[in-house]
Amino acid sequence: MNLVTVSGPPSSGKTSVILKTIDSLKKRGFKVAVAKFDCLYTDDDILYEKAGIPVKKGLSGALCPDHYFVSNVEEITKWGVDNKFDILISESAGLCNRCSPYIKGIKAVCVIDNLSGINTPKKIGPMLKSADIVVITKGDIVSQAEREVFASRVNTVNPAAAIMHINGLTGQGSFELSTLLYDESLNIETLKGKELRFPMPAALCSYCLGETRIGESYQMGNVRKMKMED
Amino acid sequence: MKNLEIKKISELLSEFPFLSAFFNDNGLEIEGKEELTLPEYFAALDEDEIEDRAIDVDNLMFQIGEFIEQMIAFLGKDEDIVKTVTILQGTDKSGNKEDFEKLEIHQGEIISIVGPTGSGKSRLLGDIEWVAQNDTPTSRKILINNDIPDKKWRFSSSDKLVAQLSQNMNFVMDLSVFEFVELHAESRLVENKEIIIKRIIDKANDLAGEKFSPDTPITSLSGGQSRALMIADTAILSKSPIILIDEIENAGIDRKRALKLLISEDKIVLMATHDPILALMGNKRIVIKNGGIHKIIETTDQEREILNELEKLDKTLSAYRTKLRSGEIIEKIS
Repeated sequence: MNLVTVSGPPSSGKTSVILKTIDSLKKRGFKVAVAKFDCLYTDDDILYEKAGIPVKKGLSGALCPDHYFVSNVEEITKWGVDNKFDILISESAGLCNRCSPYIKGIKAVCVIDNLSGINTPKKIGPMLKSADIVVITKGDIVSQAEREVFASRVNTVNPAAAIMHINGLTGQGSFELSTLLYDESLNIETLKGKELRFPMPAALCSYCLGETRIGESYQMGNVRKMKMED
Repeated sequence: MKNLEIKKISELLSEFPFLSAFFNDNGLEIEGKEELTLPEYFAALDEDEIEDRAIDVDNLMFQIGEFIEQMIAFLGKDEDIVKTVTILQGTDKSGNKEDFEKLEIHQGEIISIVGPTGSGKSRLLGDIEWVAQNDTPTSRKILINNDIPDKKWRFSSSDKLVAQLSQNMNFVMDLSVFEFVELHAESRLVENKEIIIKRIIDKANDLAGEKFSPDTPITSLSGGQSRALMIADTAILSKSPIILIDEIENAGIDRKRALKLLISEDKIVLMATHDPILALMGNKRIVIKNGGIHKIIETTDQEREILNELEKLDKTLSAYRTKLRSGEIIEKIS
């Protein structure tokens, strides 16, 4: 089975892009499933079910969504392998713009939209910078110039990535993406022993453990302060 | 390669000036550190900083090399001109062969595309943009300059084959007209920036019914002005040899001149439209049916005469519109 991780800021069009791309993959005879990771709430699993795509949903709730992702991705992979899917796509939102739940040796796709502003590529960390494929959406509503400037900014922060433009509404471009997703040499049976491409941010302070009171005396553990002198 | 590891940052910058954009966009501050080599620079960052800012040193070294190669390739070529695009027969949605064998489209030509929604116009454009080689659902094949095209057209962000102008596009940035065009010019690394910016704004004003100045915010341009600016900017600054137009609304812009501007810049214009005035301006039109090219019609002399009539009607209509706008009483225009 091929595992493909898809990440991107909330509302960038990940689900639309995945749905349209799976259409093309199914036509080529692939068995495709999705694992949807989100934070508090998602309806997307219903969208996948409606499209006849096997789906597992995981909500991280009070935990860091990306830590939750890594802690569960091996089980999800096992589910995919056991069910004999050809391709399993994991979908997760990069909520803090830094994280990259990308795994070495596993194809990584980042979805980001033209409306997010031309400085956005600068602000997104490994999620964008270490992706193999960057999909840019919502190109149908901005000018050609803005599309070009945006794509060139993405290229500056990740020159090695294949940059693709996809219209999540019509699906234009999704066939092309589908041709890049399956690679026989990337078949896996398990994720055990594989490594993340980039370490996740550390978080171990009293607030991680449920503290709600504000003030220095309540802060313990890995706490860092802003520099306030000018 | 290129001794990336040995050279000082200052030496790299003077050899590859475009690297300053790379350092800047990747948030790497190099001021005061120009005399270090890249490995020294990265080694001098403290560990907290590397972790906080999610800097991946190995990956960055690799990306810098990649970026330099791309930019050198990008700056080095001018001879890369697309003179013709050829579409070779594929199949429609039912798997039947299309009713044409070969369509060759030349620089400076306007080709209209007609057919109901869902008939396969997007797929045709998709095939061209992806330079299909028997590997899309239609099995079409696209040739560039009568040759099997370079794969770079598929993935390069600086070499896109098709630029698009469509009805529902907007400007979303908060910039003045001048700043906006300047930003685009900078991303394309053009020389003599000032001259090109001026030319674009002049041309856009030439196409727009109502004039605007370089310091107008782009978000406050009227629909016609926006379209005029988008077209002038795409014609002059976009490197893509093919321009796809998805209808141009007939208000506040001289569409005939807009098309003339595009073909005078040696573009190939593909136009999806059901407006007879636009469609008949094309040299040919492609009729799409059931996902395939059903017919290719050359615009006949008779059609051109009809186009003349339609343009007269259009002029009359817009004269009434102008009168209405300026608060006049409408009288018959002869």
